[in-house]
Amino acid sequence: MNAVDCDALRQRFGSVQALDGIGFTVPAGQVFGLLGPNGAGKTTTIRVLATLLKPDTGSAHVFGLDVRTRATDIRRRIGYMPQQLSADAALTGRENVWLFARLFDVPRSEIRRRVDEALDLVGLGEAAGRVTKTYSGGMVRRLELAQALVNRPRLLILDEPTIGLDPVARAGVWEHVRWLREETGMTVLLTTHYMEEADQLCDHVALMHSGRIVAEGSPASLRRSLGPDATLDDVFRHYTGSQLEAEGTFRDVRSTRRTARRLG
Amino acid sequence: MSAAPAAPLAAWAEERAPAWWRVLPSRLVTFFVIELYRVRHDQSELVTRAVQPALWLLIFGETFNRLRAIPTGNLPYLDYMAPGIIAQSGLFIAIFYGIMLIWERDAGILSKLLATPTPRVALVAGKGFAAGLRAAIQALIVFGLCAILRVGVDWNPLRLALAVLVVMAGSAFFSMLSMTIAGVVLSRERLMGIGQAITMPLFFASNALYPVHVMPGWLQVLSAVNPLSYEVDALRSLILNVPGDLPVDLAVIAGALVAGVVTSASLLDRLAR
Repeated sequence: MNAVDCDALRQRFGSVQALDGIGFTVPAGQVFGLLGPNGAGKTTTIRVLATLLKPDTGSAHVFGLDVRTRATDIRRRIGYMPQQLSADAALTGRENVWLFARLFDVPRSEIRRRVDEALDLVGLGEAAGRVTKTYSGGMVRRLELAQALVNRPRLLILDEPTIGLDPVARAGVWEHVRWLREETGMTVLLTTHYMEEADQLCDHVALMHSGRIVAEGSPASLRRSLGPDATLDDVFRHYTGSQLEAEGTFRDVRSTRRTARRLG
Repeated sequence: MSAAPAAPLAAWAEERAPAWWRVLPSRLVTFFVIELYRVRHDQSELVTRAVQPALWLLIFGETFNRLRAIPTGNLPYLDYMAPGIIAQSGLFIAIFYGIMLIWERDAGILSKLLATPTPRVALVAGKGFAAGLRAAIQALIVFGLCAILRVGVDWNPLRLALAVLVVMAGSAFFSMLSMTIAGVVLSRERLMGIGQAITMPLFFASNALYPVHVMPGWLQVLSAVNPLSYEVDALRSLILNVPGDLPVDLAVIAGALVAGVVTSASLLDRLAR
């Protein structure tokens, strides 16, 4: 069974067509990357699949379950990490993970072991008793990974997992995602606008631009299609005529920011 | 940098969903415990929050106690206002929960909570419960002050326990009112303005500081539709053991609570978008 199936998804926010007919499939066990600049529609796609947003039109299924009608069943099967650093700063690492273990109905007899397991998985076993406001950005990110893992999800959804992290912390997050995937065979769906991240982590990427998917394939095959020395950046430029990590005009940035704010 | 991952995971087994009727109580307990953890990590907030009710009792209460400007029958004014101050301090705590909700939305926390198998009703009820917990702690502090100031409290434990429950329910309702407004205005700044604009009228257009019969007619109408008046009336009958309309008060508070849960939960998806 595919982890994700979506077809002809459209979503409009006021005058912005955030999704303009998105369709893709993520086979179980794959690490799938949605790649594109700010405002391309990556986060909106993810919010549809995490059952936070009902799409205007089109269909989306997670493990064969319809996001419109089986939201609760989907929620039991996914772990979701939003773009922002969203751990509760007033709680310790362990309490943050405990909260999510409870919200996912981890059985009482297992909860302690499972919380420790999730914390150990991300290398926070020793810092677990500290209040989260003392954590570094990379530690908070890994704590959030633990929160998303405590229910042993079959699909892990990561929205810009390493945005705002320094290179060392970024490599740490990658290492953990890779390791998890090898150990558990979990499906991972992530968004990023870092080419390096896509190259490092993903089996398959879809390039998004203005609410559409403009190219899809393995990072290697996408690069190969353009020539022996091509990078994913070149691929992106080839398909969209614009640079992936460029800032865009002031108006672009302003409108993305506004959208980002509206999308929360 | 990061420690090597520990032993491989056991089978990535599927979770069994609990019976539907167990979900709501389980979530309420969870949010309650989490709020207890928060309180434990930052106890200074309890002290700073206790300053305001203490000032009301000590300065406003003691002064008007001497002035005898407000007709409160046989009751000393300090006794009369103490239940009002308990209700008010709960209201002031609760009214911030909408702002907190918007902050949690901006910080991505709300999305994460909404992506768990937690019914919307359980989420707002959990927040309300958390607000109630803080208000209850506050009430206990004011009870302590009452003992020091020799307020004529009926120290019957059953009455006091019931009074604490009323404070929790009342504050839970006001936190839901605040979360409902949050779901409508969707911005912290606007909510802050509205919060300020409604807290004082809620407080002054109630029987917290003076009896309803001394108010002008239009204010009496406001007081009659103000849930805070019913909360204060219930507290007054319970704490001071004076005649009141307890069954009506409790019914109004319970009804307001249910309405608050339903409306704030239905607006939650607006915040999630």
